[in-house]
Amino acid sequence: MRQFRLARNIALGIKNLLLHKLRSVLTMLGVVFGVGSVIAMLSVGEGASQEALERIRMLGSNNIIITSMKPVEEEAGSGGRMLRLSVYGLLYDDEQRIRETFPAVDRTVPVKILRKEGRLHDQTLELRMVATVADWADLVQRPIIAGRTLIERDIKDRANVVVLTEYGARRLLATQSSIGQTLKLGPDYFEVVGIVKNETGPAGGVQTPDQEVDAYVPLSLARERFGDINRRRTAGSEESERVELHQMIVQLKSTDDVERVAAGIEAMLKRFHKKLDYKMSIPLALLREAEATKRRFNIVLGSIAGISLLVGGIGIMNIMLASVTERTREIGIRRAIGAKRKQIVMQFLIETVVLSTIGGLIGVGIGVIIPWLITYFANMPTVVRLYSLVLSVGISMGVGIVFGLYPAIRAAALDPIVALRHE
Amino acid sequence: MTMTLQATPSLRPSPPDNDHVIRFVNVRKTYIMGSEEVHALAGVTLPFRRGSFWALMGPSGSGKSTMLNVLGCLDRPTSGQYFLESRDVSSLSDDALSEFRLRHFGFIFQSFNLIPQLTVRENIELPLYYLGWEAAASAARAEELAQRVGLTGRLNHRPNQLSGGQQQRVAIARALANDPVVLLADEPTGNLDSATGNQIMHLLTELNDQGKTILMVTHEPDIAVYAHQRLHLRDGLIDRIEGAH
Repeated sequence: MRQFRLARNIALGIKNLLLHKLRSVLTMLGVVFGVGSVIAMLSVGEGASQEALERIRMLGSNNIIITSMKPVEEEAGSGGRMLRLSVYGLLYDDEQRIRETFPAVDRTVPVKILRKEGRLHDQTLELRMVATVADWADLVQRPIIAGRTLIERDIKDRANVVVLTEYGARRLLATQSSIGQTLKLGPDYFEVVGIVKNETGPAGGVQTPDQEVDAYVPLSLARERFGDINRRRTAGSEESERVELHQMIVQLKSTDDVERVAAGIEAMLKRFHKKLDYKMSIPLALLREAEATKRRFNIVLGSIAGISLLVGGIGIMNIMLASVTERTREIGIRRAIGAKRKQIVMQFLIETVVLSTIGGLIGVGIGVIIPWLITYFANMPTVVRLYSLVLSVGISMGVGIVFGLYPAIRAAALDPIVALRHE
Repeated sequence: MTMTLQATPSLRPSPPDNDHVIRFVNVRKTYIMGSEEVHALAGVTLPFRRGSFWALMGPSGSGKSTMLNVLGCLDRPTSGQYFLESRDVSSLSDDALSEFRLRHFGFIFQSFNLIPQLTVRENIELPLYYLGWEAAASAARAEELAQRVGLTGRLNHRPNQLSGGQQQRVAIARALANDPVVLLADEPTGNLDSATGNQIMHLLTELNDQGKTILMVTHEPDIAVYAHQRLHLRDGLIDRIEGAH
């Protein structure tokens, strides 16, 4: 019975709205564009932040990444000397200390970055290599394209093996058939044992550990063969650096320990390093920060959305007030016949809610199409979330109620005698 | 024109004073106009017998419109008592008065007051909608009422497609939809030519013959003769009453 009445009320509301088609459509536009732009904006924001969050997540939320960094003062006073050696960065001892001091540490993966001339067949170019241990493949998991990754035995045997990244393989024109072939690195010869995928490109200000890396070699071998000194020739001067480890990924047993252990490591490193020659990045903290940024972003978008819907709502209210004035006589007739005030309120309220809900639904349609166009033409990632659709339609219904209420109450408050006399 | 009044079961309990459907006891209605008090009704005491046909007459400002508004529960008296079916309705809430209008009264206006965007059928069904009737039942009722007031085949027309006399018939059909005890008519022929006006008065007379109490405001003596009693008001007081009491 109640549902039946509501259905009839809605039918009546739609009928009244259809009497003034152009007016209803124009009234709806505010809500249509409000809702449409909200969904579109949220989808762009969501697309961008999701990409960043995905990259950060890839770094591992229970990892701490410590990177060697050339101290600032070292860089300053180079003053015309032809040869200089700067010594900085993480030490082999640091890795051992960290592993042994903190029980919450599951494992550590030391990384040494080398630049060596590499030659495969006719291709000769400078390669950026990561010398590391077998655990790398567990921490920085990437699909294997061909062959295998570094294994424990390679490290133990100091084997002359190299694993190319997809990026490096492309530069060297290596293919799957290159597995088993020989790559010359500096003065030494290495066997190509595998090709793995890698992540290239920046990820929302966060560097992935395998960014622009060409090849992996066993750390033990690299240490023995290439030592810790890296020479770099720049216009007329030669610069040498002595860096033991360029990076260290510390994996903890649980995410809960990340902050506590990070603070501990920091304190420990401070004791053994006189200069600040390392940088810690904590993916978990970055993740939280990125999420907070996303939240702030959503709040800003939400406010813009709120304003546009507010404007839409005011448009609805304006039209409904005009409609109430126009239909004063009708209201008087209905009241004389015996309609109660709340029935008049309902009648007008249903009209505004129907109007704003239809507007909201059309807006959802537009809000789904726009991100699609943005992705198609501007090649930006967009993600339309179900919650944004539900939320927008809900809000537009709410706008209908809030902004319809005042005109509806005005209509119901009319004195039937006065309303009947209205021309 | 033949009409049959079909008795629909009444929901109202039978009142103790069955003779009088309405009793006015010293009813006053005072308006404040600026700093001045205007006594639209200055103490009217009058019983209205069930099945009677009254014409409320008087010059403009005599209080006849105010009286009709108070009678129709559109307005509350400032003081005094108004008994409708032996219930004092003089100080009821707005909702309760709406309920009384819905169940006990049918209104007929000078300017018909049909809702232009609704069809004839929907206009007639309007009181039934507020009474909560189901669609099928109220459609049947509208059909029956249209026939009773001499309107057939026009149910899907809009009011503006009808002549004045036809529009007033629709209004009468609508006023009868809830099977009211009292029909209140405010200058029902005021916007009609005299021939059409007389047809409408014949229709009202027939309804009165079938038992409806009719209270009609008019200033035309030609129309007032259709009523059994003529109440002349002057300055908010009863001036004189003509006709069988």
